[in-house]
Amino acid sequence: MTTTEYPTRALEPGTAAPGFDLRSTPDQSVSLADFGGRRLVMAFYPADWSPICTDQMSLYNEVLPEFKRYAAELVGISIDHAWCHVAFAQHRNLHFPLLADFHPKGEVAQRYGVYDDGTGMSKRALFVVDEGGTIRWSYVSPVGVNPGADGILIALESMAREKAA
Amino acid sequence: MSAVLDRPRLTVPVSARDHVRGPATAPVTLVEYGDFECPFCGAAHNSVNHVMQIIGDRMRFAYRHFPLTQIHPHAQQAAEAAEAAGTQDRFWEMHDLLFEHQDRLGMQYLLAYAAALRLDVERFALELDTHVHVPRIREDFSSGVRSGVNGTPTFFVNGIRHDGGYDLESLLTAVSAAL
Repeated sequence: MTTTEYPTRALEPGTAAPGFDLRSTPDQSVSLADFGGRRLVMAFYPADWSPICTDQMSLYNEVLPEFKRYAAELVGISIDHAWCHVAFAQHRNLHFPLLADFHPKGEVAQRYGVYDDGTGMSKRALFVVDEGGTIRWSYVSPVGVNPGADGILIALESMAREKAA
Repeated sequence: MSAVLDRPRLTVPVSARDHVRGPATAPVTLVEYGDFECPFCGAAHNSVNHVMQIIGDRMRFAYRHFPLTQIHPHAQQAAEAAEAAGTQDRFWEMHDLLFEHQDRLGMQYLLAYAAALRLDVERFALELDTHVHVPRIREDFSSGVRSGVNGTPTFFVNGIRHDGGYDLESLLTAVSAAL
């Protein structure tokens, strides 16, 4: 009933990324463990179809090759149902999974400290998780602002540099 | 990490590699990251033209490519067409034609525009066929992503992202404020 067992702020760098296992389509699931050994960009967003989310996901779709160059995968996460994600992904021709944080509603967003109780949606939040499952960068954008991809790329770049050093 | 918190700045300054209208000595430089198939960019195109008419030689304007290829199937090819016209010194003429005919960006139209601009159409077509301009367009795109471009059109006024609208009044106000 309360959210006191959940973090009240977005999880900070250095924290282990909480596990998840969410539907990406009505009959397929994606879990954090699926990305073991790979870097993962997690983009929480309020809702499929809304203008800013659409711009943001379309941008990430185009930047996907750059993420992959840093050995990073990308997932989008919102409280929408998998059927909604399927329609949205088809409409925008998205080439990365959208995960349905639908039931229990917003639970993964809560675990990452980015659920907005007031609106019943996730905040617009970004996490970059390293190969070992540790959060290395997190950022919560004002909900009306598309955060772009520069922060993610800077984080991935510094992770790649550290690994090379 | 504050990169996203600060007002994003242009990471690659305007240089000789850019397509630029207006004098290099102009006190204001307006940079657009755009997509020829994006309707918002089409609207912004008119605003930019008006602003340039009003401000005249006190500004210069640079256009960089930011094609959203997964939602605009002709955007990449149109960007390549502008570059191919550019190799024959007609970048801006093609740029204007593309924005004035956003619903006609298929190959047959691009070839017709090339002919109308009296380009060497054979060379133009070959450059599109062999995609020689793809790396340059990718460079523009990457510099945009690194500079905080989060959609199209995105403008920078003297290197700082313009977060307002791109109607005539908003752009004119932003450019005038930088004079």
